[in-house]
Amino acid sequence: MFRTALRNVFAHKARLLMTVLAVMLGVAFVSGTLVFADTLSNAFRNQSAKSYDDVAVAVTSYAGSDTSEKEYGLSGKTLDRLSAVDGVTGVYGRVEGFAGVADPDGKLIGVGWSNKGSNFAPGKDGKDAAYTFTDGSGPVQDGQIALDEDTAAKGEYEVGDRVRVATNGPVKEYTLSGVFTTEDGAVNAGGSLVLFDTAVAQKQYLRPGYFESATVTAAPGADDARILAAVEPLLPDGAEARTGKALADEQADQIEQGLGNLKQVLLGFAGIALFVGIFLISNTFTMLVAQRTKEIALMRAVGASRRQITRSVLAEAALVGLVASAVGFALGVGLAVALRSGMAAFDMKMPAGPLVLSATPVVAAFAVGVLITVFAAWLPGRRAAKIPPVAAMNSIHAVATTKSLVVRNSIGAAVTALGAAGIVAGASAGGDDGRMYIGAGAFFALIGVIVLIPLLSRPVIALVRPLLVGPFGVAGKLAGQNAVRNPRRTGATASALAIGLTLVTGLSVLGVTVGTAIDKMTTDNIRADYMVTMANGGDLDGSALTALEKADGVSAVSPQQDAYFRVDGDFVSASAVTPGDIEKVLAVDVVSGDAGSLAQGRIAVAEKTAESRGWKPGDSVSVTFDDDQRATLTVGAVYKDSEFLSPVLVDRKVMDRHEAKPSIRQIFVKVDGGQSAANEKALVDALGDNPAITVMDRQDIRDEFGGAINTLLNVMYGLLAMALIIAVLGVVNTLAMSVFERQQEIGMLRAIGLDRRRVKRMVRLEAVVISVFGAVVGIVLGTFLGWAIGETVATEIPGYALVLPWDRIGIFVVLAGLVGVLAAMWPARNAARLNMLNAIKAE
Amino acid sequence: MTTAPIADRSTSVAARATELSKIYGQGETQVVALDRVSIDFRQAELTAIMGPSGSGKSTLMHCVAGLDTFSSGSVRIGETELGSLKDKQLTKLRRDKIGFIFQAFNLLPTLTALENITLPMDIAGRKPDKQWLDSVIRMVGLSGRLGHRPSQLSGGQQQRVAVARALASRPEIIFGDEPTGNLDSRSGAEVLGFLRNSVREMGQTVVMVTHDPVAAAYADRVVFLADGRIVDEVYGPTADSVLDRMKRFDAKGRTS
Repeated sequence: MFRTALRNVFAHKARLLMTVLAVMLGVAFVSGTLVFADTLSNAFRNQSAKSYDDVAVAVTSYAGSDTSEKEYGLSGKTLDRLSAVDGVTGVYGRVEGFAGVADPDGKLIGVGWSNKGSNFAPGKDGKDAAYTFTDGSGPVQDGQIALDEDTAAKGEYEVGDRVRVATNGPVKEYTLSGVFTTEDGAVNAGGSLVLFDTAVAQKQYLRPGYFESATVTAAPGADDARILAAVEPLLPDGAEARTGKALADEQADQIEQGLGNLKQVLLGFAGIALFVGIFLISNTFTMLVAQRTKEIALMRAVGASRRQITRSVLAEAALVGLVASAVGFALGVGLAVALRSGMAAFDMKMPAGPLVLSATPVVAAFAVGVLITVFAAWLPGRRAAKIPPVAAMNSIHAVATTKSLVVRNSIGAAVTALGAAGIVAGASAGGDDGRMYIGAGAFFALIGVIVLIPLLSRPVIALVRPLLVGPFGVAGKLAGQNAVRNPRRTGATASALAIGLTLVTGLSVLGVTVGTAIDKMTTDNIRADYMVTMANGGDLDGSALTALEKADGVSAVSPQQDAYFRVDGDFVSASAVTPGDIEKVLAVDVVSGDAGSLAQGRIAVAEKTAESRGWKPGDSVSVTFDDDQRATLTVGAVYKDSEFLSPVLVDRKVMDRHEAKPSIRQIFVKVDGGQSAANEKALVDALGDNPAITVMDRQDIRDEFGGAINTLLNVMYGLLAMALIIAVLGVVNTLAMSVFERQQEIGMLRAIGLDRRRVKRMVRLEAVVISVFGAVVGIVLGTFLGWAIGETVATEIPGYALVLPWDRIGIFVVLAGLVGVLAAMWPARNAARLNMLNAIKAE
Repeated sequence: MTTAPIADRSTSVAARATELSKIYGQGETQVVALDRVSIDFRQAELTAIMGPSGSGKSTLMHCVAGLDTFSSGSVRIGETELGSLKDKQLTKLRRDKIGFIFQAFNLLPTLTALENITLPMDIAGRKPDKQWLDSVIRMVGLSGRLGHRPSQLSGGQQQRVAVARALASRPEIIFGDEPTGNLDSRSGAEVLGFLRNSVREMGQTVVMVTHDPVAAAYADRVVFLADGRIVDEVYGPTADSVLDRMKRFDAKGRTS
């Protein structure tokens, strides 16, 4: 039987092409993901190992809850004691923080969160083991800095140039003393690193004479564990020592975990693509079996058992799967390589390293490819076995089964109803539980709809038929009828598209709805014209606030400054603000009391907090500040809860007395004359043209809060594209089959006067009908799902209201139509080129 | 039913092939399917083309009907010379001036009987002549079955639909390729009867290829082909006279 299978594969090369392509793409996705993750993980592991290569022991000081700020850090004396340990060749103290470098145009180089500053810590030989200078030398006095090679290149800076650098304070100008390379992971990942003289770095990041961490190097061959044991007793409280190797492993593990998550997400999407592929494979084998009815019946007649027939179909499928997997794996490896260089092109630097081909991706590729194909061919295989031997004697070619779909439809309806019920139940339950119900419901609903699609195809397509006949005449009419001729096949083809569109639409509805809600919330609550933040998301220096207060044309300025105080022993999340101005920059909806009383040192409390604590305006609250001083504050006002306001507001003058360094997250600014380029420039200038400080106008603020959703949506669209590509292959496949099976008809139509153009149009329209049908089913289901999941988060987002993204949905439908046109290109050409005489005579 | 005087029309030619040749392949493997065939098909006449298998009878019909290209010579349908036509114009010609009846019925399974009948006019974007259509349908006896799909009709009924389809658009000429080949003798006789009636009563021109002497006996004229040439012609044939003529081919080779 195996020989029969082999021969069949070769005999139907062309018709198996789409199947091979579909399996190949899915397998490529899977193996590409695995190889990419393996390669990256290996590269990162090597990278971590390398960056801790010279480190025997690393010491870090933590600011724990029992160490107050003053005790945090490692003193110079501690470091001296560490260098005296036997076998230690060097001790390098480090302080780190944010440092943004301006390019010659004053713009920040790199993205905020990856701009780092540290200290140059020369040993006795005047060198810092962590940095290799390619030009110049390390900074050894105030006013000097060194830059990593890439950053220097991006800013076109050379040794001796003046470079503007911003740390948390005002921007300053330094002289570039040197350019270096390093194994530092952040720098290798595309971040920027500025080295300061140690004293300068200590002053700006911690306090003079103190380090946050230290790396200890040892003579080659020294025992790290012994040094660790010798170092540990010398450390102050709150400091911890680890060997370099332990740290390298830990870092590698962390990276691996991060990559693992990425891998899972990618494999999830690969799974969707493969699932979609099942429909295509199943269609192909159904057709192959139908075409071979006589042959199979003959084999049954001469004594082949049902089992043997099924097995021969499955063997054929396995063979196809094997070939497709092999090609797919090779493609996947190529994909992994391309992905890595693609990331480099987008400035996402990844550590270099060899391509890693382990056994797992190979096994996974073949297992997935072969199993999916065999699984998809299983049903057609069983159908083949049911062909009676007597079919060999029938002269008439077996027509597509028009077997009753009653059983199928009943099951489909039941499963769909179950799924829909689950989704609705989940939507009304809300929360995590609700989402779980929805997840399960969505699964059942999708399966149910897939089962029902053949039934749905007739009425739905009948509905659009007038649209086809009107503008396209007889070609449209025939296309509409052809599309529902084999409901099972049309159904399977449309299903593939429906699955992709369900996900795409669901995500779009949810994303747009949440995005709109957030956007509305942002525009409703923010009255300021500008929001000022640090590029790295860190704290702004107090000087920025002062500068803005003094700037020309500014009518109101208020920070949202983290305020730490305790009430009855627990921390209260509070913000220090500028009384009088805060209402002008943010919406403060006072329920009772007077927000103006903030100026008299009273506090304002959000409604829910006031309720749970039982506070009313006029009540006294006993608080303990961060410096352990106590005070009694009076509640002055109660306001409605808002996403943009902390539960407690207090005058920043009250807090400033108790906090050494204010932690200012954002500053909101309102200016005379509102938003304008001139006003924005005035603010930027007032802040000293600081590259590390971002001034956002209202649009920027909206993008800041809502933009991530759009980015996420685009990434999802990209990942779902693979499933859609396979769905398109499915449409191509189905049409090729249809054209092949209807050769005689097409020949007749040509003979009685249907020209080539209209034959093409007929095939094309059939493709469009099938594609749009699948898309519409997917869009309806996806919208339903998007609504349901939206309901579960509605309570968490004030002002939530379902928004149907009609523009996007419209685009999806149009794209589905285009997909149909595209998919029909090759089959339509074949149909138009058909040799009329052969076609008519065929049979 | 028809208004045109038959005598007048029978003198004019509906289709004419002149020195028509069709050669497949080149050099050694060259096969001459048609060898300088010249023939006229007169209006309001039922012509049967006969000949052993491989004689070129089907090729002749295909070339004259604009379904196939030819190597040399000329073919005219009415006033139109086919040789110079592009595929698009040929398609239009077939649509507007020619009707077809195939051996394997060749109906569209998705269309009802009536829709199948009016298909050529649908393609042309013309409204069928209601009166004419009714008379054609009445003639082939399909009045009660117009809403049926081909799968609900017997073979004979399906071929009657095909005949009606060919007649409905009033083509200048109808070509039949073994129109009774797949039918039992009773259904076959019915279909041939309709074709003959259409010629007698409606002045239709019909050309059919057949290997059945009984079918050929319905024709006004039988043309015999052998080895790509016309070898004989019989007017007013009977089944016996045709069979006799065919037997003479047997002496040379096998009949189909």
